[in-house]
Amino acid sequence: MTDTITTNYTRADFQTDQEVRWCPGCGDYTILAAVQTFMADLGLPKEQMVFVSGIGCSSRFPYYMNTYGLHSIHGRAPAIASGIAVARPDLSVWVVTGDGDALSIGGNHLIHALRRNMNLKILLFNNQIYGLTKGQYSPTSEKGKRTKSSPAGSPDAPFNPVSLALGAEATFVARTIDMDRKHTVEVLQAAHEHKGTSFIEVYQNCNVFNDKAFIELTGKETRLENRINLEHGQPVIFGPEGENAVVLEDGAARIVPTDSVAAGDILVHDAHAPDPSAAFALSRLSHGPYGPTPIGVFRDVARSTYEQDVKQQLVDAQEQKGAGDLSKLIRSMGAWTVE
Amino acid sequence: MSDDTATIDTPVPADIEIEEIDKVIIRFAGDSGDGMQLAGTRFTADSAIFGNDLSTLPNFPAEIRAPAGTIPGVSSFQVQIADYDILTPGDEADVLVAMNPAALKANLIDLRPGGMIIANEEAFEERNLAKAGFETSPLDDGSLAGYRVFRVPMERLTKEAVKDTGVTGRNVLRSKNFFALGLISWVFNRPLEASIDWVESKFGKRPELAAANVASLRAGHNFGLTTEAFHHTYNIKPAKLPPGEYTNVTGNTATAWGLIAASQAARLPLFYGTYPITPASDILHELAKHKNFGVRTYQAEDEIAGVGAAVGAAFAGHLAVTGTSGPGLALKSETISLAISMELPLVVIDVQRAGPSTGLPTKVEQSDLLFSLYGRHGEAPLPVLAARSASDAFEITIEATRIALKYMTPVILLSDNYIANGSEPWQLPDTDALPDIGVKFLTEPNADGRYVPYLRDPATLARQWAIPGTPGLEHRLGGLEKHEVVGNVSYDPSNHQLMTELREWKIRNIANDIPELEVDHDVGAELLVLGWGSTYGAIRAAAKRVRRDGLPVATAHLRYLNPFPINLGAVLNEYRYILVPEVNMGQLRKLIRAEFLVPAMGFNKVQGLPFRVSEVENKIREIVTS
Ligand code: SF4
Repeated sequence: MTDTITTNYTRADFQTDQEVRWCPGCGDYTILAAVQTFMADLGLPKEQMVFVSGIGCSSRFPYYMNTYGLHSIHGRAPAIASGIAVARPDLSVWVVTGDGDALSIGGNHLIHALRRNMNLKILLFNNQIYGLTKGQYSPTSEKGKRTKSSPAGSPDAPFNPVSLALGAEATFVARTIDMDRKHTVEVLQAAHEHKGTSFIEVYQNCNVFNDKAFIELTGKETRLENRINLEHGQPVIFGPEGENAVVLEDGAARIVPTDSVAAGDILVHDAHAPDPSAAFALSRLSHGPYGPTPIGVFRDVARSTYEQDVKQQLVDAQEQKGAGDLSKLIRSMGAWTVE
Repeated sequence: MSDDTATIDTPVPADIEIEEIDKVIIRFAGDSGDGMQLAGTRFTADSAIFGNDLSTLPNFPAEIRAPAGTIPGVSSFQVQIADYDILTPGDEADVLVAMNPAALKANLIDLRPGGMIIANEEAFEERNLAKAGFETSPLDDGSLAGYRVFRVPMERLTKEAVKDTGVTGRNVLRSKNFFALGLISWVFNRPLEASIDWVESKFGKRPELAAANVASLRAGHNFGLTTEAFHHTYNIKPAKLPPGEYTNVTGNTATAWGLIAASQAARLPLFYGTYPITPASDILHELAKHKNFGVRTYQAEDEIAGVGAAVGAAFAGHLAVTGTSGPGLALKSETISLAISMELPLVVIDVQRAGPSTGLPTKVEQSDLLFSLYGRHGEAPLPVLAARSASDAFEITIEATRIALKYMTPVILLSDNYIANGSEPWQLPDTDALPDIGVKFLTEPNADGRYVPYLRDPATLARQWAIPGTPGLEHRLGGLEKHEVVGNVSYDPSNHQLMTELREWKIRNIANDIPELEVDHDVGAELLVLGWGSTYGAIRAAAKRVRRDGLPVATAHLRYLNPFPINLGAVLNEYRYILVPEVNMGQLRKLIRAEFLVPAMGFNKVQGLPFRVSEVENKIREIVTS
């Protein structure tokens, strides 16, 4: 990835002439603004950026980013973006997807993009509903959810996207919230700096079909009680007065009153821990999210990247065998001459 | 192993006769663990280097190790070698090497009356006979009276040959395929040196295996030399092929090399996104060996991701290719439609096999033709080309790439299992004289200081390719319908009509950029035999045979299935009868009937096997003499 810092972009440089067509009040607007602002501040030449999406409300995103972009087909964005990343390690490749796109129809591509560790930044807008098709339950909808396609309540158990990503060998896993622009930008920055696949779950409010799904994390009255901010190297303490803490017991994360445990027993968040067990335990604290939910970078570890390994193989092959010679190749299995 | 077993040092008995023959068809058959594909491939390679014309037909079960000794577990390799130009692996074998009773049972039907059987006699014991469904041994019960049967104690002789090489256990008998190869090499006067070199380089890291294989090979050869029964031997002179340099190549290898050549001719790095599938995987294996050509092979998580990654690589400016077989093509369909909508160049290789569903994964069929043309949602036209033989695969692959790049479109290139795994001599092209199929990426805005992705070249209707990293040309492509020039999402009804027509005309217009159909016509011929794909050899050979009797016939072979060559309609109208032999239920016949309203007749075979020359020949005779 090119890290040349260029010029004074403003957010307007990343806006396109396309009319943004999300419903008024949709959480996608705030995410778009955060990303555009972040990109402008980052200063990477915009021709080096590619946004790839699948199908769904969130997947309109590339049309609104004045970079290179593809609005592809349902579920396939990670697969298509992988091709771009392998072919062109010089580019900064971003995937914008949703809970249906990434976790249902495209689940397979997502997990493989995570394990391969490519130069891909995956933003999963999780609104826990199918918006574009007008309100069916999604793979992150809570069990029992009543929707048009589940009038008697959804019989499906939902995915926890952060747990899923950690289980899929992801090297960078984070969660943020559409309403919190500052936090979103911080997480974007960390994801950008990470070498390899970065996975960010963004809690995104669909005010038309699933309004207030994340109200416990965004509402004035409840947010301080429920947001567990993860910061690397810091003890995991939350609540308006820091009155709650997280401890690990038999590998599981538990919430306890801060004053009920010795300070040394409180879990200190280590995003760089090679073993993902503690990060996974933290990811299990949220179910929905109802009640206390960790936000921030769960995991950020270094591992060689797929496209660099591939590139190295090409370099090694050329060193060992010399540049390819087609005339030799077609004679490599023995040739004979007919006079 | 001591040197005195080497052929060169063994005195040749005085009574050896060498009979010159013009061709022979040999079938090596055994259990799928017996190494018959290897024995056949080596014999083929030795004959190729000797200068014979040849053609091969491997036939193996889909299971890696089907139950040993049973008929479903039989694997065979047929090769025809000749001193003249042949077109097929031949119909009936002259020689059958049978490593066990099941191999004999499964293959006897394809041995000509009076043909030679070389039987691994120790394998004809009770258990194996029972597994193959024989009540008595055919070697003893007189049922093979119509053949020349040679019983060879291959296992005992192999054991003896390898006893000092250090191999133990199951590896002792492993090398009996080399014994068979050595014996056949003796009978047909093939030198052993090339196979010895091959064994030594292949098994370099396991010297005991190399020694055992070489010892068995020599033992087989010496067995022929010292056994009177084999003192009548045969020789097939080098073939009088057109002057030039040749190599023996399978279709899959030629396809892989064609892709590398296309990448050089286009000056674009090659990206091959794929998922393993029989019988296309060997293209991946071959390409993966040649990273020094800058080839990126991407083994994706599934078929959809294979083509998806290729589409991404195409957007990023690589020569993007995906390879698969029928079931995989079905999975790729939606993504190919996306590439059609985004108008990105993409080569899709379908090595066809018998379907539907998993079908017969290792057997041939030409049944994806209609699927290639129409197997997509919406109006989604694309060019379809087909290789006609293993040696044609190289050139047609470059041609498919040329069309993809020039017209900014996905192209489907059809091969099949027979082409993929069969081999024949290929006259090597001059690699310095490949066509220039390079394209220029756009680097400057193309409309009033900005880039509009769907501005078209008026001659080709192709849009201009601008790739990420190019300042000022940032743009978005997608699967939604786009404005005819600007490329922004458009729901305008008349724009959709126009874009649909443009996509259609772009493909139809390619007819002006491909060669006309050549007809091999006899004066007075009323029958045209029209083929496509791997029926080429059988149709040509059949026509040759009926012509020997003075019967007039015309043949033509389509390499372009969409669009058709511009003169196809005129050609069809010149004949009273049109016969379309196909290894499917009549897909090309349906197409030309629909398009040209001609009463084409079908001749269809779907047995997982290519046509025999005699089958096509008899059909032609039936029509011509009626
Ligand atoms: S349906 Fe929901 S997610 Fe989609 S644009 Fe409207 S508010 Fe946003």
